[in-house]
Amino acid sequence: MFDSFDAVTLARAQFAFTMSFHIVFPAFSIGLASYLAVLEARWLITGREVFLNLFNYWLKIFAVGFGMGVVSGIVMSYQFGTNWSVFADKTGPVIGPLMAYEVLTAFFLEAGFLGVMLFGLNRVGPRLHFFATLMVAVGTLISAFWILSANSWMQTPTGYAVNAEGQFVAASWLKVIFNPSFPYRLVHMVLAAYLTTALVVGAVGAFHLLRDPHLAGPRVMFSMAMWMATLVAPIQILAGDQHGLNTLEYQPVKIMGMEGHYQSHPDGAPLILFGLPDQKAGEVKYALEIPRMGSLILKHSPDAPMAGLDTVPRENWPPVPITFWSFRIMVGMGFLMFGLGLFSLWCRWRGTMFESRLLHVFALLMGPAGFIAVLAGWITTETGRQPFTVYGLLRTAESASPLAAPAVGASLLAFIIVYFAVFIAGVIYLLRLMAQPPHPGEAGPPSDVPARAAGITPAVEGIAR
Amino acid sequence: MSAAVDLATVWAFIIAFAVFVYVVMDGFDLGLGILFPLFPAKADRDIIMNSVAPVWDGNETWLVLGGGGMMAAFPLAYSVLMPALYTPMIAMLIGLIFRGVAFEFRWRTQSVRNRWDLAFAGGSWIAALAQGVALGAILQGIHVEGRHYAGGWWDWLTPFSVLTGVSLVIGYALLAATWLVLKTEGSLRERAYHLCWYLLFAMLAAIGTVSIATPFLHIQYAQRWFTWPNVVLTAPVPIAVAAVAVLLLRALANKQDSQPFYLTLGLFALSYAGLGISMYPYIVPQSITIWQAASPENSQLFMLVGVAVLIPLILGYTAWAYWVFRGKVRAGSGYH
Repeated sequence: MFDSFDAVTLARAQFAFTMSFHIVFPAFSIGLASYLAVLEARWLITGREVFLNLFNYWLKIFAVGFGMGVVSGIVMSYQFGTNWSVFADKTGPVIGPLMAYEVLTAFFLEAGFLGVMLFGLNRVGPRLHFFATLMVAVGTLISAFWILSANSWMQTPTGYAVNAEGQFVAASWLKVIFNPSFPYRLVHMVLAAYLTTALVVGAVGAFHLLRDPHLAGPRVMFSMAMWMATLVAPIQILAGDQHGLNTLEYQPVKIMGMEGHYQSHPDGAPLILFGLPDQKAGEVKYALEIPRMGSLILKHSPDAPMAGLDTVPRENWPPVPITFWSFRIMVGMGFLMFGLGLFSLWCRWRGTMFESRLLHVFALLMGPAGFIAVLAGWITTETGRQPFTVYGLLRTAESASPLAAPAVGASLLAFIIVYFAVFIAGVIYLLRLMAQPPHPGEAGPPSDVPARAAGITPAVEGIAR
Repeated sequence: MSAAVDLATVWAFIIAFAVFVYVVMDGFDLGLGILFPLFPAKADRDIIMNSVAPVWDGNETWLVLGGGGMMAAFPLAYSVLMPALYTPMIAMLIGLIFRGVAFEFRWRTQSVRNRWDLAFAGGSWIAALAQGVALGAILQGIHVEGRHYAGGWWDWLTPFSVLTGVSLVIGYALLAATWLVLKTEGSLRERAYHLCWYLLFAMLAAIGTVSIATPFLHIQYAQRWFTWPNVVLTAPVPIAVAAVAVLLLRALANKQDSQPFYLTLGLFALSYAGLGISMYPYIVPQSITIWQAASPENSQLFMLVGVAVLIPLILGYTAWAYWVFRGKVRAGSGYH
């Protein structure tokens, strides 16, 4: 049944599919881990019970989401070898160490302290428990640092040489790690994770406020989430703009794909708002455009000349219909978040934040917006890098494992079935947890654990029996 | 050149260490899933899950270090082995997904809890079997041409790889049974003791069979083990296995709760040392040595700095996490 596809296409489909499922969970847990640390800190400082209730409430949700992130992440770390073995051989010496450092500095830190964070409050006391929560939160951020460095190197490779075996090797580790697009991508992604989580927290708060505007927990979480949207959404738009300018400098072809610039514009490029990119014909059909606006945004001058894909050999074109639309979806979500932040600020100023049904419905609808934006953004940057895995240096078609199409097709099918079965169940459980409001005395880490004296060893007990 | 040789050897030991830590830590963890069908009562299953819930994620991280570390330190070996082990690897990943999510999911539903219990058990079986099969497939040799795997996607399936697959399932089950002896009380502990007897004899039979079968795979394995003067160095391994087996039998007879688990770890360590003796210095047996597969020196050196500082730190806080949750697990002590 897979005869009509070649192994590379199937491997790409598999990567896109498993990656899209995976990225949703880290995007959520990066933000949620920090949010939990903030909640616990506020509880420790103020002693107010509402913060402990909220902490325990979100902790249960965190545990489910984090577990799904872990298991879908293990798949990613082995996929380089199973489906992209030539890529692994050629880039292993450069990006392998970055991923090894991610495991050593982040994954172990998260995993090592997660157990204490989930189950250990009564065993280690609040201070040490807060330390564990902090370590998990820091771990998620360190993880983002390394994996985004590795991804950015694939986008904007610097600091490398090529050895006799055709492998990329590091000439300068500093230049490899801090490659040109890395700082921008890191800021953009971490902000995206924070916004994504804030929108989920805000939507859950709004959902419960719509039912009862007097609930203490939902009021606190809604207010905190709306502050995040108000403050971070505009910063994110600026960060995204800077990231775009960086891409224009180092990956101009990707920008052509995102903007739908098939043609060169020697005296000022338009901003194409919407249209239907036709890859075969090399033009955007039914384009709705603002003249010279593209040059104004990207070059800060309405008459600045901009090259189009007509200056690039066709075999190096990214799939424009995908990058064009995914980019617009991401930007659209960003502006909706900005709008939510402004509207909540207005309601906050008017004193109607906990009563305005319009605001609550808006916030509820925006719950998934962060995930949509994260997915659309990653689709933009990853398909915009095509047809290369290492931009300009290693072609995707030359990166794949020497496998027969049926092998890749069968594993793709298996992943599709398993992911839909498992992760849909997981999302249902998450939504079910979120549908409950946080209760006073919310059950969290155990309060009924029999405290064990350290002196009683199992062996002694065995003999005593 | 000599510096590079040393580095590759150091890294071979680091990867071997990571894989070993994975095998013993996720071993009892997977083993609990393997034994799950034998403990149908909900109360028992809750305790079994809670005995490992705080640490399972850390246990699996060693697998990521083994895989990620191999891609970084021996990219050629990683890029040859993964396509060669394609089917068992995918099966293992899918098994790990099912059992991993079951830790949380089974608390989130009343109606289909049994289904997640089944996912935990089934996923553990598949993952353990796949890992054992992969080990056998590596030992029996892999068809390499140039820098690529050149075989098909079912080459791994032989009687030998099935033997190693079943053997690893038995080994993990024994680890888990001794873990339950260590961590539980009452009738659960009694039944675990009972299981240990059967599983220990099965494990000794498995070690014996694999040890006898391995030298027939390649003449090099036989020469490594049986020629003079090698035999002076290799003979202590089976002798030590016999000694540990005797100690284990005594510990089971005397019902000393903590000893069986640590002695089983000893059995694993000895079997693992035996594997190392057979394979060294090949990372893909009989075709790619650790020096041929090694990353450039500056990649290995860059990571060695991190490993030297971070692995002791990781072992430290992992030990702390185990210490926090030490002692017997009691009913109702999860947070769920």
